[in-house]
Amino acid sequence: MPVDGQAKLAVYKFSSCDGCQLSILDLEDELLALAERVKIAYFLEARRHVDPGPYDVGLVEGSISTPEEAERIIDVRRECKFLVTIGACATSGGIQALRNWADVEEYKRTVYAHPDYIRSLDTATPVAAHVLVDFELRGCPVNKYQLLEVLGAYLTGRRPQIPTYSVCMECKRSGNVCVMVAHGTPCLGPITQAGCGALCPSYHRGCYACFGPSDSAGPRSLCRFFMERGLARPDIVRMLRGFNGYLEPFKQTSDEYESDHIRYG
Amino acid sequence: MKATTSATASPTRVIEVKNLARVEGEGALYVRVAGDEIAEVRLDIFEPPRFFEALLRGRSYNEVPDITARICGICPVAYQMSSCHAVEQAFGVTVGEPLRTLRRLLYCGEWIESHVLHMFLLHAPDFLGYESVVGMAADHRDLVTGALALKKAGNRIVSLFGGREVHPINVRVGGFYALPRKERADELLEELRRNRPFAEQAVRFVAGLKFPELDRSYEFVALRQPTEYPFNEGRIVSSNGLDIPIAAFLNSFHEEHVAHSNALHGRTKDGRPYLVGPLARLNLNFDRLPESLRSLCREIGFTVPCRNNFKSIIARGIETLYAVDHAIEILEQYDDSVAPHLDIVPRAGIGHGCTEAPRGILYHRYDVGDEGLVRRATICPPTAQNQPQIEDDLRAFLPQALALPEEEATLRCEQLIRNYDPCISCATHFLRLHVERTT
Repeated sequence: MPVDGQAKLAVYKFSSCDGCQLSILDLEDELLALAERVKIAYFLEARRHVDPGPYDVGLVEGSISTPEEAERIIDVRRECKFLVTIGACATSGGIQALRNWADVEEYKRTVYAHPDYIRSLDTATPVAAHVLVDFELRGCPVNKYQLLEVLGAYLTGRRPQIPTYSVCMECKRSGNVCVMVAHGTPCLGPITQAGCGALCPSYHRGCYACFGPSDSAGPRSLCRFFMERGLARPDIVRMLRGFNGYLEPFKQTSDEYESDHIRYG
Repeated sequence: MKATTSATASPTRVIEVKNLARVEGEGALYVRVAGDEIAEVRLDIFEPPRFFEALLRGRSYNEVPDITARICGICPVAYQMSSCHAVEQAFGVTVGEPLRTLRRLLYCGEWIESHVLHMFLLHAPDFLGYESVVGMAADHRDLVTGALALKKAGNRIVSLFGGREVHPINVRVGGFYALPRKERADELLEELRRNRPFAEQAVRFVAGLKFPELDRSYEFVALRQPTEYPFNEGRIVSSNGLDIPIAAFLNSFHEEHVAHSNALHGRTKDGRPYLVGPLARLNLNFDRLPESLRSLCREIGFTVPCRNNFKSIIARGIETLYAVDHAIEILEQYDDSVAPHLDIVPRAGIGHGCTEAPRGILYHRYDVGDEGLVRRATICPPTAQNQPQIEDDLRAFLPQALALPEEEATLRCEQLIRNYDPCISCATHFLRLHVERTT
């Protein structure tokens, strides 16, 4: 365990929206205290100065989607003792992983006038598909207090306390009326990992799985239930292929529903 | 960041910043000077493309605000607002009062958090000679804690009415999923009132900074409304006399794709750069500020037209104070018993939306099919529109910067780029060309 104020923190960005690293700057009440506890050695969004590595903790935001990123993540792994991926892009590939089901060359032509200028991999993949990751913190975006918990756990040499049960647990604890039971609103809460505080049901909408699949999630039975309630297969494919769609068991289930749609309509 | 420069005796000088710091996303600056001539200025954007306009095709209209929010973690509300307005237009729906005003409230929250983040955490260190807010906090503790509290109050607006600060979940086509209870809104109102004195102090503080000389004949472009300072609606106007409806955006502006950037460059139809963002908005809408703010501007010596973008930090300060006052005014009238959204019936159509993101106008266009699935999406973010203007500003500023020692020259160029609060994550993934120009 490093001496207080001496642990060197690095924050890296790959293919992402910046929202998860912004969560650090959104810790308005804790930010200055955090800067006293750890040395923010590399954090381009916040600092111009860079302290050279190696670093004690590296936080990685973003997925791996270009040839340069696939090389750079290996260097990042080498310079960090403890590597934590933060957010859906880094832990699942993120929304840009939708390209994994598409033709990237067609995507390039759709968006850019000169597709030949664009260097991009055919897939956007989680960091753990490329290097060993010590801890994965889910969320689109991450919950900033969970992020603080992970950093605090590292600084005190204990395991981070991040629950892997479903959103339903948080939802019941908040005293919400179930949106699916009461209003028939499709909700991915039963198969989604907790972490947001059951935000969507608290605002009377169904969960859309920002925190990815929960421990032992069973999407098939939930999706059967959706179909009995009138959802069509393409609706289910879209629901599962959201911000964490490339994680199992979401991926396999959406693939099954897609092929069933082709077969049976 | 480390600047690499060649020996000063050499006739060719290069200023290179390989990773721009204190901006959102990944960019680099490259300047080459041959003799007295500035041979090349490039703001390289190597932020990887994420192809949003391609992946939106086939998605349902009700997913669009959730997906486009993910373009930018700093201004997700802007993406949600522009996409909702565009989809609503395609469906022939207009969201009227009181939801229209509550959308302005949500946007106030985003302006406050984004502007204060930029003013104090990202930009002020340039003016005060610090490499980051961490160093600045050691000497200006009260200023930084005041700024963090004000930023938090802005974030509280977004988290109460949007569900959370980053990627709000409570925005939908037609309005909101649910509206928070009045008691919660009253607590928020108190928090804003507590932070209002600091918001005014912040304006005076940024007005007292020392600004490098810069006087550009910008074409300012912003929205303009009949009586209000613009957020969600209006006509697109410019300081050169342009005055068009939002739906005509693509007739007056286009994007070009250059080799050094994964962001497309926005230009006017006749190929000129233009400026969007707080300074453009304020220049074009100064008369839309309340008299109390106009008199504060007179007091601090801020007058329009202001053509020095280093002073955009003052414009952000004024807009932050405006947003605090406007949010207070809206919350004082808040009624939680109204219907949170209109009922939406999808139909085929094309819709355009343009709203004022913290960094400037953000245009969206969607072609939606019968079942409410997106057929085609076009998104023009503010930083892509500003990119040619940033390079143009650098060309104009470099002669005075190059008279400085190398490290100082590099820092001033970075500061100039930060004037734009560039959001490189936003600017990359775009955009289909409407008029193609090769470089």
